[in-house]
Amino acid sequence: MGGKIRVATTSLAGCFGCHMSFLDIDERMIELAQLVEFDRSPFTDIEHCGPCDIGLIEGGVCNSENVHTLREFRKNCKTLVAVGACAINGGLPALRNFIPLEECLAEAYLDGIGVENPQIPSDVELPLLLDKVHPIHEIVKIDYFLPGCPPSADVFWKFLTDLIAGREPQLPYELVRYD
Amino acid sequence: MTKTIAIDGKTIPFEDGQTIMDAALAADVYIPHLCHHPEFTPHGSCKLCSVKVNGRICSACTFPAAEGQDIINNSDELNGDRKRITQMLFVEGNHFCPSCEKSGNCPLQAVAYYLNMLDNHFPFFFQTRQLDASHPDVLIDHNRCIFCTLCVRASQQQDGKDVFGIAGRGINKHLIVNAESGQLKDTDLDAADKAAHVCPTGAILIKRTGYQVPIGQRIYDHHQIDAVSLAASGSRPSAALPPFVAVVAEGGRHGR
Repeated sequence: MGGKIRVATTSLAGCFGCHMSFLDIDERMIELAQLVEFDRSPFTDIEHCGPCDIGLIEGGVCNSENVHTLREFRKNCKTLVAVGACAINGGLPALRNFIPLEECLAEAYLDGIGVENPQIPSDVELPLLLDKVHPIHEIVKIDYFLPGCPPSADVFWKFLTDLIAGREPQLPYELVRYD
Repeated sequence: MTKTIAIDGKTIPFEDGQTIMDAALAADVYIPHLCHHPEFTPHGSCKLCSVKVNGRICSACTFPAAEGQDIINNSDELNGDRKRITQMLFVEGNHFCPSCEKSGNCPLQAVAYYLNMLDNHFPFFFQTRQLDASHPDVLIDHNRCIFCTLCVRASQQQDGKDVFGIAGRGINKHLIVNAESGQLKDTDLDAADKAAHVCPTGAILIKRTGYQVPIGQRIYDHHQIDAVSLAASGSRPSAALPPFVAVVAEGGRHGR
């Protein structure tokens, strides 16, 4: 372990685009790997979060599993970070907030073009959908926010290097984008 | 002798009849604003231009400049207030920048960038609002309207029409159009009208033009709104900015 900074990441109601953008730090990943060790993350396949220094959350909250995951991260991560537009304002998935959930399900599973054997999925293994998609700051306290769809690799790099070096993270104008 | 005010310790001349905003823009001093436009009667509604005049908070766009005013503009306290106001605008409407045609050319977004707004702080309202795509050339997306009334004023004061208005109060406030059907197609709005180009958000858009300039190459992708705003108001040479900047910066100030 050797005193490395522990980082956990997850994607809730997101598209993994933010994770892909994180990987765009390219060869800087080698430098980062000297400093950090990944806990729960799609990069490691670790299923549950242990005590961590930094938690990066992509995506908003659209179902009960998202709520549990987010709370697990909050409980275990000293610093919790909202990564990307969806975590910050619900993003694209939140566009369903203007349509009743029942209508969304009916369109996708009952009435949609090309639907065969129409039925609304109700397996007990499936997490229940929330009536609305919420940004994560509405569920738990968030310490930092990285806007962007996705935030650029440079945003990840600037933020993490600031935080790991013990500096207050600052994003200069050219790194702040909402699109 | 020239009359002067002081903004953040800088002495600035003014003429009788000028507001603090007028004097500031003429002297190359940026005060954040959204509902203000130099060509139209000030409205004083967005409150982003709040400044401290001799210790008291006022809207710079409506408050007359007067001899002896000691004004604080660019302070952490005021910029913090402005950030909170901008966050309220974002959570009250439905501003999804990644899917908005205006992104990158949007003064609302650019003010938020300027204030280093990284989050929305407040819970979202997620209000259901309507689209009006009835007009052949102009689209209204009510999700993005911030009730600045620039389209209302532009239509009345420059176009000589009366296409837009604001109805309702408080949370029920909304933009209306001057037609019995309530649809934009039944008004006399023309796509060349100033009112169709003055919106500081993506609420009023010209159809089929949204992606003529790709995302990433737009004004506020490369310029801060303070520089763009001052160039558009004429106090800075716009030569420093791309030619289309001045047009879009203040919502198509120079027409199409």
